[in-house]
Amino acid sequence: MTIVEDDVQTGEAQGPAVYAAPGQQGSVATYRSRYGHYIGGEVVDPVKGQYFENITPVTGKPFCEVGRGTSEDIDRAVETAWKAFESWKHTSPTERANILNRIADRIEANLEQIAVAETWENGKPVRETLAADIPLAADHFRYFAGVLRAQEGSLSQLDGDTVAYHFHEPLGVVGQIIPWNFPILMATWKLAPALAAGNCVVLKPAEQTPASILLLMELIGDLIPAGVVNVVNGFGIEAGAPLAQHPRIRKVAFTGETTTGRLIMQYASQNLIPVTLELGGKSPNVFFEDVARDTGDSYYDKALEGFTLFALNNGEVCTCPSRALIQGSIYDQLLGDGLERVGKITQGNPLDPTTMIGAQASNDQLEKILSYIDIGKEGGAKLLTGGERVDLGGELSGGYYVAPTVFEGTNDMRIFQEEIFGPVLSVTRFTDFDDAISIANDTLYGLGAGVWSRSGDIAYRAGRAIEAGRVWTNTYHQYPAHAAFGGYKQSGIGRENHLKMLEHYQQTKNLLVSYAEGPMGFF
Amino acid sequence: MTASVTHSRVAITDDAAAMVRQLTAQHGPLMFHQSGGCCDGSSPMCFPLGMFITGPGDVLLGTVDAGLDDPIEVYMSAAQFEYWKFTHLTIDIVTGRGAGFSVEAPTGMRFLIRSRMLTDDEVEHFGLLTPPAVA
Repeated sequence: MTIVEDDVQTGEAQGPAVYAAPGQQGSVATYRSRYGHYIGGEVVDPVKGQYFENITPVTGKPFCEVGRGTSEDIDRAVETAWKAFESWKHTSPTERANILNRIADRIEANLEQIAVAETWENGKPVRETLAADIPLAADHFRYFAGVLRAQEGSLSQLDGDTVAYHFHEPLGVVGQIIPWNFPILMATWKLAPALAAGNCVVLKPAEQTPASILLLMELIGDLIPAGVVNVVNGFGIEAGAPLAQHPRIRKVAFTGETTTGRLIMQYASQNLIPVTLELGGKSPNVFFEDVARDTGDSYYDKALEGFTLFALNNGEVCTCPSRALIQGSIYDQLLGDGLERVGKITQGNPLDPTTMIGAQASNDQLEKILSYIDIGKEGGAKLLTGGERVDLGGELSGGYYVAPTVFEGTNDMRIFQEEIFGPVLSVTRFTDFDDAISIANDTLYGLGAGVWSRSGDIAYRAGRAIEAGRVWTNTYHQYPAHAAFGGYKQSGIGRENHLKMLEHYQQTKNLLVSYAEGPMGFF
Repeated sequence: MTASVTHSRVAITDDAAAMVRQLTAQHGPLMFHQSGGCCDGSSPMCFPLGMFITGPGDVLLGTVDAGLDDPIEVYMSAAQFEYWKFTHLTIDIVTGRGAGFSVEAPTGMRFLIRSRMLTDDEVEHFGLLTPPAVA
């Protein structure tokens, strides 16, 4: 799917001009004033009775309170999940697939509500939650319902009397730690395969975005047996770490940064359990010279959108195309046209369907982005546009808005090497194919990349040469289920959005069976 | 060691040092590990000593004085250091809510890195003027 195809670009067909904020009269979404944990199919108070404020980045003001979980809450959730596993593990693939399909239907039926709630909590434009985040979440549940039904075990005939049968079995109770950039979609990427495989889950949302997933659980909770999905909120040190190192967890899945990724592997080594990690990147977006062979056609228009996609989701995407590499012969032309396209980005109230870039997810994220803009300037990069915090006035003055920013520089600069996780693009030039690949691969990470060329040959060779798990070719930022997503190098371990992730949540049970009538003859 | 008195790759602001003292009272001695990658990547993570295992893949950038008995060690992965080695880092603190397992998150504050390029003098001191000698 694309935003354009879904006609959300104009927003005019999508209800009110500007969605009323949750809590205001007429809003399609309502948050409770306080949320506990979701354990055993019901909302429960944190064991220690503590809560923390949840802030909307749209205005910078708190809008609800959320349970501040501790190891006691994690223990309770893990125990509850294991009890639920006793019956959940016996459900048939058909039963589980049906549940996942019903979840997808329920999400779709409440699309607008969930999208507005997500935008309010995260700050991203509502046109993105309406067209991408929430429809993709529904589709991911359906995808894993589908692959589960299609998945088969195997058998190997070892000799005429001996057969090896391979069965898929669930792991048990798994822990999942969710990032704040796509609170519901990232939770779905992890929940859907885990549930399809027959596991029970204890899920810890990010402390910046703890409530939207609880709003979702209120909508879909009745479809899932009690205790199969449990959500414990809280701070990483108080709730995340106890979950990641819990001795009764059979696997941990995490999306986030490298230090915490290492810490989670370290805990996993104590418990000898598997992990899947998605740790981000510094994705190159490579424009070969034939892109500008014709600057008036729809392909060129598409390429300019590709250049500008660094601003999607406010730049808070692990695969943000934050390094644009442009071949020298078309450098001035493409950069000029690209900057013109960047200049057309509409920044505003995230709840306005015409807004293209909203608020950064938190104050510390805002501060970090601004500090990187300083690093860019001080490191010798040339600021071409943006480079500042934006005050949108009125209620939005307290929100966390950054102007789409483009720097020109060289790949050894820190703004070319570190994931800023904001709407900041660093542009540089390359001479030829080998130079392009060399610059593209000169990074610690290898999650995403983009290749733009009208030549299938160049695009193919570049795509194969770039060390990244996902190379978008003549497109960018599409996240459909059924296409494996994950990292090379320091970008992580495992492949999401695909049958492969179902297998990451499964044990292989081998029954090795002899049908021979007599002994082997050793004794 | 004497040279490190005048040359350091890392520093800490007074506000951040005050937070380190407060957190040390709660958690015991602390250290920092500079993260990279997604989400809260590029943020300094603050852990109780022993929680995060450093190893040959890490570089000790230096220590900062937070007004405690012992200096606070600041680490970064060696691979990341290759890209950061010309940078001086100052640990600051801002209002916020970092993810990860860093110990300050519940306070509603978040450690943040402020950076500047090393001065010519510092570049020379750290042996970065010429390509690194073969080990």
